[in-house]
Amino acid sequence: MPQERKINMLQTDYHDNVLTAYIDGEIDHDTAARLRISIDGAAQSLKPGLLCLDFGAVRFMDSSGVGLVMGRYRQMKLIGGRLRVVNIPGHIYRIFAMSGLEGLGVLR
Amino acid sequence: MNIRNEMKLSFPSKSCNESFARAAVAAFVMNLDPTVEEISDLKTAVSEAVTNCIVHGYRRGSGTIFITAKVLEDNRVVVKIRDKGCGIEDIKQAMQPLFTTAPDEERAGLGFAVMQSFCDAVKVSSKPQKGTTVTLEKYIAV
Ligand SMILES: Nc1ncnc2c1ncn2[C@@H]1O[C@H](COP(=O)(O)OP(=O)(O)OP(=O)(O)O)[C@@H](O)[C@H]1O
Ligand SMILES: [Mg+2]
Repeated sequence: MPQERKINMLQTDYHDNVLTAYIDGEIDHDTAARLRISIDGAAQSLKPGLLCLDFGAVRFMDSSGVGLVMGRYRQMKLIGGRLRVVNIPGHIYRIFAMSGLEGLGVLR
Repeated sequence: MNIRNEMKLSFPSKSCNESFARAAVAAFVMNLDPTVEEISDLKTAVSEAVTNCIVHGYRRGSGTIFITAKVLEDNRVVVKIRDKGCGIEDIKQAMQPLFTTAPDEERAGLGFAVMQSFCDAVKVSSKPQKGTTVTLEKYIAV
């Protein structure tokens, strides 16, 4: 079995007032803490109108990922921007579906 | 019910062990030839229970987390995750979806809901100041 990378590489890209963060690897309580710092750091300095979290390369997520997204939703509200989560793999979407995030219209 | 295989693990309540614990349980059941979905469900449920030991059970310090896993004759996997932490006062309330005692730590209150939806059975026993044991059961289709 190939070893999956556990430390999330956070690549970001910013244009037209949209900050996109490409998350990869596994999101749990351990990695969420570091992801939060990197994402908030970028969002605080750029103050984008839209923060887009791209989950296309996320291999694993538990409920810590829901907390991470909810926290970024609040963070973006504070700076007057919006949040969107895109490319969510099917098995991970099942966890989001249990949260209130579906009703907030941030999941794509 | 006869036990076909079993294993025990113990490790300190460090957050870097969350990924170790779920990968170890996944590796243990691998010879039952589980589907990708069965493995993913089991890993997610184990991750929830282990994280709860770290962020809630041992919130005031650190301690040891104990895992035992058994494979029974009917292809049922039984995983017990135990801590000797603060315990849970009201288990019924704790298991309610969206209930959390740590909202300021960006917790969603979904851990038990995820365990219940990804396993066939979830049992919780707990004693305040003594600790908590979560038992997860999952059938691996033959
Ligand atoms: N091992 C434990 N020791 C002490 N309290 C626990 C333990 N596990 C769970 N709890 C209590 O049960 C509550 C609900 O747990 P649950 O996993 O459902 O949600 P959470 O951990 O608060 O949030 P999330 O899992 O979504 O990050 C916790 O907030 C905590 O008060
Ligand atoms: Mg939890």
